[in-house]
Order: sequence, then structure tokens, then C-alpha cells
Amino acid sequence: MEETKVVSMPRIGDLAPSFEAQTTMGPIKFPDDFKGQWVVLFSHPADFTPVCTTEFIGFAKLNGEFQKRNVQLIGLSIDNIYSHIAWVMNIKEKTGVEIPFPIIADVDGKVAQLFGMLHPGESSTVTVRAVFVIDPNAKIRAIIYYPLSSGRNIREILRLVDALQTVDKYQVATPANWVPAPQTWEFTEENTKVIVPPPTTYEDAVKRLQEGYECTDWYLCKKKLS
Amino acid sequence: MSNGCVSPDGRLSDRALMLLKLLKEKGKLTDIEIAELTQRPLFQVRSSLRELTSAGFLKQEGAHYLLTEKAEEAISKT
Repeated sequence: MEETKVVSMPRIGDLAPSFEAQTTMGPIKFPDDFKGQWVVLFSHPADFTPVCTTEFIGFAKLNGEFQKRNVQLIGLSIDNIYSHIAWVMNIKEKTGVEIPFPIIADVDGKVAQLFGMLHPGESSTVTVRAVFVIDPNAKIRAIIYYPLSSGRNIREILRLVDALQTVDKYQVATPANWVPAPQTWEFTEENTKVIVPPPTTYEDAVKRLQEGYECTDWYLCKKKLS
Repeated sequence: MSNGCVSPDGRLSDRALMLLKLLKEKGKLTDIEIAELTQRPLFQVRSSLRELTSAGFLKQEGAHYLLTEKAEEAISKT
């Protein structure tokens, strides 16, 4: 009989698993180093990939809003620390955006396994776009999974934090589409553009910048759908 | 896992020395107070405090951190 491997994944209401890891801002011990703070731990498939880059820029731009809510952002992927540093520097160089939160270098995938961020049906080697919202008592309060192809809505993650904190503060529940105040969300022309799959050979990467797309770098080019 | 406060041969980084000098000036501080005074993220401060405590430069009194003799000696040499 064929054996089925059962992978245990943390669920809402569970205590978040403990771990120690190297990050772009030094080593961390979770949850000890984050006691008393909310944490949004999110995984991305890989450094130097286009959708992830747009997400990181999105998280960086809203980092101040997360900080106001006592939330520490932590990124993660199965890449080494040098790749993370090079990518963060590349984002700064090409877009002027500084990544102000730590990114875990989970080279052996230990943290990804602990949190169930590897979904073999989607990919057995890279993490899906997982988000864990963890409260100051290290309890997992919300989990979101997105596939590799689709970037997350960072405003929605912020809205989720607002909802959870409101629930705790006022002992209420929040309805569909609840927002803490009238929003001025950025649904601009830029939000309608899509990403062109990045080239996979050196030759194509060199050509990409001459192909008429809107490129931030060879691996991140966008176009409008006609 | 080292965060670079103390090198393998026991030398202190500039960031570690700054933290020790701040504690010498203030006497004793909590992790939150240090984060506020240094404008560094709390998790990073906690990581540094853990490393400096384990290397014998700091001791804890409840939630407060204080310098040890080893730290006083290290500061006097700078």
C-alpha cells in the first residue's frame, strides 16, 4: 500500500511554532524577540522574481502603517542571506525603496516546513505566498495563502490587522468589507498592469530590456493588457 | 547565532559598544527603553541584549539590563 505523508500545519488559534533564524537584520529568536508585538510573517517564492518584488515594495511602503499598529513585518523565502541582501540592494538601486523589515534566510526550509508554507501541488521547492498574522501572545490569529502567480493585496493584510485589533479592543466582530475609516485606496492606472513572465536564459534577459515593456530591471517588466 | 555584537575573539562591535555606553550613562534600562533611545527595532535590540548577556557583558535585574565588570572594563579600554 502506498504511504501518504501527512504534514502537520499550524492552524488559526494555535501557538505559532518557535524557531531561530538568520535574517537580513541579524539573528532572531521567535517568538521571544517579538514578545508584546503583533507579527505578520509572510513567505515569498524567491528573491529576484517579479511578483515578489512588487509585494516587497508594497510591504515597504506600508511599513509605517504596520508599525503604528505595533506590527513587525517578517519576510521569508528559501534563499540564502547573500541572495536576500543582493535583492534588497537591487530593489533600493532600481526603485529607491528601502526594505525596512527582516527577511529570513530559510535555506534548509525548516521554518517553511514548521509553518506549512510549502505546498507540493504548487511547488515542492519554493514557498507559496503565505501570511500568518500572529498576536502579542504568539497565537496565530489569521492565515492567508496565495499561489505563486498572484501578488497579495497588502492593504487587505493591513485591514485584517485592523479588524483583529478592533475585535480584541471592543469585543466585537467585523462584517464583510469592514474598514476602520473611509479609505483612499490606490486603485491607479499602475494597479491595472500585469507582469511579463521573466526570461530564463541569459540571452533572453539581455534582450528583455529592449522589448518595449516597462521594466524596473530585467526580471521585473510590466505591460498593459489590451 | 551571533548578530555581530561580539566577534569570535571577544571583540565588541561599534553597535555593541554604543549600547554598553548608553547603559553606562543611564545605569539600567529595559529592552523597550533601549529600542526607543536607539531608534532600533525591538527584536534587534533583544537579539543584541541576548548575545551580550550570554558573553558576560550584561546582567539582568527583572526587566532591566545592567553592565557587568567585564563591560566596564571593555568600555574603559576604548
